[in-house]
Amino acid sequence: MGSAPAISPVVIFLASIFSSNMVLSNFLGMCSFISVSSEYKTASGLGKAVALVMVFTTVINWLIYHYVMIPLGLDYLRYLIFIIVIAATVQIIEMVMDRYLSDLHMKLGIFLPLITVNCAILGISLFMVIRSYGFVQTLLFGFGSGLGWWLAIAALAAIREKMAGNQLPRGLEGPAITFIITGIMALAFVGFSGIFVVM
Amino acid sequence: MTVLFTVLSLSVLATILAAIVVLADNRLNNYGICTIDINDGARSLQVNGGSSLLSSLASQKVFIPSACGGKATCGLCKVTLVESAGPVLPTEEPYISEEEREAGVRLSCQVKVKHDLKIRIPEELFNIKQYRTRVSEIKPLTHDIKQFRFELLEPQTIDFKAGQYVQVDSKPYDKVKESVSRAYSISSVPSDRNHIELIIRLVPGGICTTFLHQHLKEGDEITFAGPFGQFYLHEGGDELIFIAGGSGLAPIRSLVLDILEKNLDKKMKFFFGAVRKRDLYYVDFFRDLEKRYENFQYIPALSGATPEDEWDGEEGLITDVVARHVPDAVNRQAYLCGSPGMINACVQVLTKIGFGRDAIFFDEF
Repeated sequence: MGSAPAISPVVIFLASIFSSNMVLSNFLGMCSFISVSSEYKTASGLGKAVALVMVFTTVINWLIYHYVMIPLGLDYLRYLIFIIVIAATVQIIEMVMDRYLSDLHMKLGIFLPLITVNCAILGISLFMVIRSYGFVQTLLFGFGSGLGWWLAIAALAAIREKMAGNQLPRGLEGPAITFIITGIMALAFVGFSGIFVVM
Repeated sequence: MTVLFTVLSLSVLATILAAIVVLADNRLNNYGICTIDINDGARSLQVNGGSSLLSSLASQKVFIPSACGGKATCGLCKVTLVESAGPVLPTEEPYISEEEREAGVRLSCQVKVKHDLKIRIPEELFNIKQYRTRVSEIKPLTHDIKQFRFELLEPQTIDFKAGQYVQVDSKPYDKVKESVSRAYSISSVPSDRNHIELIIRLVPGGICTTFLHQHLKEGDEITFAGPFGQFYLHEGGDELIFIAGGSGLAPIRSLVLDILEKNLDKKMKFFFGAVRKRDLYYVDFFRDLEKRYENFQYIPALSGATPEDEWDGEEGLITDVVARHVPDAVNRQAYLCGSPGMINACVQVLTKIGFGRDAIFFDEF
C-alpha cells in the first residue's frame, strides 16, 4: 500500500482549505468557478455540492485504487477509472438525494451533473495517489479541499455581487475582471502558505 | 496481452458500475403507481412514478404542448399544480412569472412524479391526440414550398378550429439518428374531418423540413399530435385583415375557407407578401374565391419584383401595402402568420393605424 507521509490529517485538512486551496493555488475547477460565480446564492449552492461530491468520490476512489487497481496492477489506468467512478458516484448521489433529501435535491440537484466534469474533483483523486495518502488523510483531504473550493467560489461571488453595479472599462467586463479578482484572492491566500505545508 | 487485460478490466469495471447505477435507479427511482388527478376529477390517470410529469402524461395520451421535448428551453409545457410539488426549480425560473408562481404553475417537464398529484390543464388539451396518418399527396407549390396531404388512419377523424397547428414527428434519416417534432399550421378546412393538409417551406439544414421534403414519399405512414394553438377566429370584428408571408398562408387559407363555408357575416382582406413572382402560390385559387364571394378580397404584393416578373399588382413591403389599404382599426381584427420579423413589423404598423393588442392575433413560426 506504500507508506503514507507522516503528516497529521488535521494539517492536511486545514492546508487544503487555505494554503493549498484547490482553486487559488492549483487553479483547478476554473471553468465553473468563473462561470457560476456571479450570484452568491447559486455559487454557494455549487460550492456545497462540490464539497459533498469530493468527499464521496475521493473516498470511493481511494478504496478502489488500493483494493482493486493496485492488486490487479492497473495503476496506469487511474485517469480513466477515476473518471468513470466519479460519473457513477455522482449519478447515485443524485438519486439518493432525490429520494431521501428532497429539499437538498431542489437546491443542489441541478449542479450535480455539472460537477461530474469539474476537474478539481478528478484532481483531488489524482493528488491523493501522487502523495500516497492513507485513508483518514484522504478523507480529510477530500473534505478540506471541498470546503476550500466552496470558500473560494462563495468569496468570489460575494465580491462580484458587491461590485456588480460598478462601471468597468468594456474590455474588463465579465470573465476578465473575474480573473483579476481571482489573482488577487490567490495572492491573499499565499499569506497562509507559511502556516501549513503539504505540497 | 497487456492491451487485452486493460480492455477487459476496464470493461468489467464499467459493467459493474453500470449495473450498480441501474440497480440504484430501479431501487431509488421507483415510486410505485401514482395517481394524477386532472381538472378536479375530470380524468384520473395511473402512472409509474419516477418520470417527468410531461412524459407521464404523454404515456397516457394526454399531450401537453412542448417544442423542446422536455429540456426546459421552450417554456410551453405549463400546468397548474393544485397541491404544491416542491418549489420552482432554477431551470424553470425564466419561464414562470410571479403571478404564475403564486398560482402553482410549473413546467411539466421539470416536475417529477413522486407521489399522487392534482393538476389543472386547459380543457382543450383533452382533445389533443396522437394521429397515425398516411401521406396521400405531396404537391410542390413553389421552388421551396410543398403541400402535404395526410389521410388519418387512427383515429380516423380530427376536430380542430381553423388556424390551429399540429406537431409532426420526423423519422431518422441519413445521419440524423433522432426523431424530432415540429409545429405546422393546418391549411385545410375543419369540415374535412379525415384529412389534413400542411404547407411547409424547406428550411436549409432543418431536421424536420428536410425529412418531409426529401425523404417522405406518398404512401408513407407518419404520426402527428394535435391540434394546438390559440390562433383561431376570435369574437368581434366585422372586417378581418389577414396578413401572411411564405408558408404562413396555411392557417389563413383554413380560416378563410372555414368562414366562407359557414357563411359568417365577415368582410375579409387577405394580404400576402412575397419577394418575387416565383414565391407566390395559390394565386388562382384565391382570385377565384375573390370572384365568387364579394366579402373576400385578395391582395398579393411583391417586394422585389424584376421586369421579367411582368407584375402589375401591388408592390413594396407588405407593411406599406397594408397601410395603404387599411384606413383605421374600427371594427377590424388582424390575423398574422409569418416570420417573427414580418410579424413584428406588421404589429408596429397596425398599432400605428390604431389596432389594440387585443385585436391582433398571430402565431410565430
